[in-house]
Amino acid sequence: MSASILTVDDSASLRMAIRIALTGAGYAVTEACDGADGLAMAEASRFDLIVTDLNMPNMDGLSMIRALRAQPAQAGVPIIFLSTESDADVKAQAKAAGATGWLVKPFNPDQLVKVARKVLGR
Amino acid sequence: MSEDPASVFRVEAADLLDQVEQGLLDLGDRLDDMALVDAVFRGLHTLKGSGAMFGFDALAAFTHHCESAFDRVRKGDVPATAELVAVILSARDHMRALVDGTAPSADGEAILQRLAGALASATRDGISPAATAPASALAGWQLFLRLPVDAMRNGTNPLTLLDELRALGDCTVIARADGVPPLSELDPLDCHISWDVTLRGDISREAIEDVFLFVMDDMELRLDPIAAADSPLVQPVSSPPAAATDAAVADQGLAEAPPAARAVGESVRVPAERLDVLMDRVGELVIAQSRLSQLAHQDGGVALRSVAEEVERLSGELRDTMMGLRMVPVASLFGRFRRLVHDLARDTGKAIDLVTEGESTEIDKSVIERLFDPLVHIIRNSCDHGLEGAADRRAAGKNETGMVRLSAHQAGGQVVITIRDDGRGIDRARVRAKAEANGLVQPGQVLSDAELLALIFAPGFSTAAQVTNLSGRGVGMDVVKRTIETLRGTIDVASVDGEGSEITLRIPLTLAIIDGLLVRVGDSRYVLPLAAIEECVELSPEQDRQSEGRSLITLRDRLVPFLRLRELFATGTRPDPFQKIVVVSIGTERVGLVVDQIIGNHQTVIKSMSMLHRDIGSFSGATILGDGNVALILDIGDLVDAARPREERLRAAG
Repeated sequence: MSASILTVDDSASLRMAIRIALTGAGYAVTEACDGADGLAMAEASRFDLIVTDLNMPNMDGLSMIRALRAQPAQAGVPIIFLSTESDADVKAQAKAAGATGWLVKPFNPDQLVKVARKVLGR
Repeated sequence: MSEDPASVFRVEAADLLDQVEQGLLDLGDRLDDMALVDAVFRGLHTLKGSGAMFGFDALAAFTHHCESAFDRVRKGDVPATAELVAVILSARDHMRALVDGTAPSADGEAILQRLAGALASATRDGISPAATAPASALAGWQLFLRLPVDAMRNGTNPLTLLDELRALGDCTVIARADGVPPLSELDPLDCHISWDVTLRGDISREAIEDVFLFVMDDMELRLDPIAAADSPLVQPVSSPPAAATDAAVADQGLAEAPPAARAVGESVRVPAERLDVLMDRVGELVIAQSRLSQLAHQDGGVALRSVAEEVERLSGELRDTMMGLRMVPVASLFGRFRRLVHDLARDTGKAIDLVTEGESTEIDKSVIERLFDPLVHIIRNSCDHGLEGAADRRAAGKNETGMVRLSAHQAGGQVVITIRDDGRGIDRARVRAKAEANGLVQPGQVLSDAELLALIFAPGFSTAAQVTNLSGRGVGMDVVKRTIETLRGTIDVASVDGEGSEITLRIPLTLAIIDGLLVRVGDSRYVLPLAAIEECVELSPEQDRQSEGRSLITLRDRLVPFLRLRELFATGTRPDPFQKIVVVSIGTERVGLVVDQIIGNHQTVIKSMSMLHRDIGSFSGATILGDGNVALILDIGDLVDAARPREERLRAAG
């Protein structure tokens, strides 16, 4: 069975770009439009990987990651965050929140697939 | 007890010779491993020393030459070569014969001459061992890595990271468990294991650091380049502190398989016959105990009953302990096949790897002994018929080295041993043609796939177009099947064209005592082995009437044929109003046995049938019940076979 990935981003165009790249690589993709939505979806079903933006309305990426990691069921689920800033400060914050890895925007589809493969191991 | 010193030496020598053999076989794979050279030398040295002490002079003299040869290897005068290993291996066989007192003496001289030759050529080729060292002495990296404790919690999978490292080049990974806290303090989500990795190949530092991109800042990563001039690292530079690791593992009581094969603990050697006598006594005790329990429950007071219960518990424990004593790991069995496969590979010219799994699985010693011949046969078949030659394997897109996988595990009261090869699989068309030629099946007869494959167990069947001296002349698989059946085991075969075949043996853990279900049919009582029983259901009078003549019941949407034991044994009694069906299974087949009454569990001490009654089918033995009566033990396999034709007739009749 292909791995299922949840992508959380408030930008519809970016969500689409992510979906096209990941489904093209054989993954099953589910979309959420902000942190609160993403959290609800992650609680409702189990994903193999979560790819999330950081700056979002309702609930930002950092809060969502913290909320997810606070749940035993989400321990060990890889979370990749997308960030325009490549500065160490944001990275450190996200990692402290429990993120697994990151991808700096803008990225091309190949980079995203590569990161997904790396984290999922398949 | 007076023991003959010579026989003590023979036992010890057998161990030493096994050690030497294992060492030599390992050495054949890793010629520059000095630890192995040392081990072989020590074995030979002890053998020579004790041999001389116990008057085995010929052995001592012969072993002396081999020992001196290995002494030179040990001191670095002569490199270990494949030829030298091969000569010493055959010398080992000669030593074995000398120990047993069966060797023709000419043999020894020839081996010593070959030894001299091997030494001379090794010295010639190996003036500078570095020059002959394999060209695999590539540059590489020695890594030490420790992930942050919360890495796994935060979604990093250490295994995928290690896989990424493996993808970079030839990679040896050793896990260090020394940082693992005791079980009481262990959070399963924390990552406490660190790794030593030896990575060989022309790999850039960046490529390795890329692997750890996301954890780089928080982890501990040491990267030491290995210079090209370094001799090939067989062992990683920093092998883990074995003792510390073992201690850590032991502390936590982790279910790690112990290195049972080589472990040497405090042990006492006891002749197997004495264990058998003890086993017999325990069997008698169990019988006496069940009589005691019965009496106590019939007309005993509370005091007698409590003693009876205590005796019951103790004899049960004694029985379990006794069984444990007879158990030996299958490693001792599997170890003997390394040599076999080594020789088969040489004789057939095929490259064959033997992979063994589950060596710490334990089976009754007497079962192990009797499994050896059947396994030899099956492994020979796999190597000889199953695995293709290198050219055929290349053409089929397979690795040129064929693989035979031998594995064992325990499942309930049985040990399951599988022998799998990745060869061409069993050629069904040829099996069919052969069976028709031998008159085993009629042309046009419809056979299920399982029935077709089972034909290879039919007497006088051999599929090898060319009979080789390895696989014999078709006296094989039927004998194997019979042997397994005398062990009360079963044998199954599966095969996929082009991918290989797999033979599965299921063997009961022990032959002496089983858990049984006591049932009554007519006026007699019988025992069914509990391991074969799936369930018990009631056969209501209506069902009984409905099924008359068809003898089939529906259990969870599957038709299960049943046998009326009352009719089979012609008891001449009327059926109980509430008969029971005991559903037993063998492999994938299920059969119901109709009995009058189910009495209950019974610790069954198996007594074999007398010579006179040995050939009677349907019974595999007898046991003595608490009241002194004899109950026969039903042979499930035989009963299922008996049911099969009836079932097929019914199916054919629709």
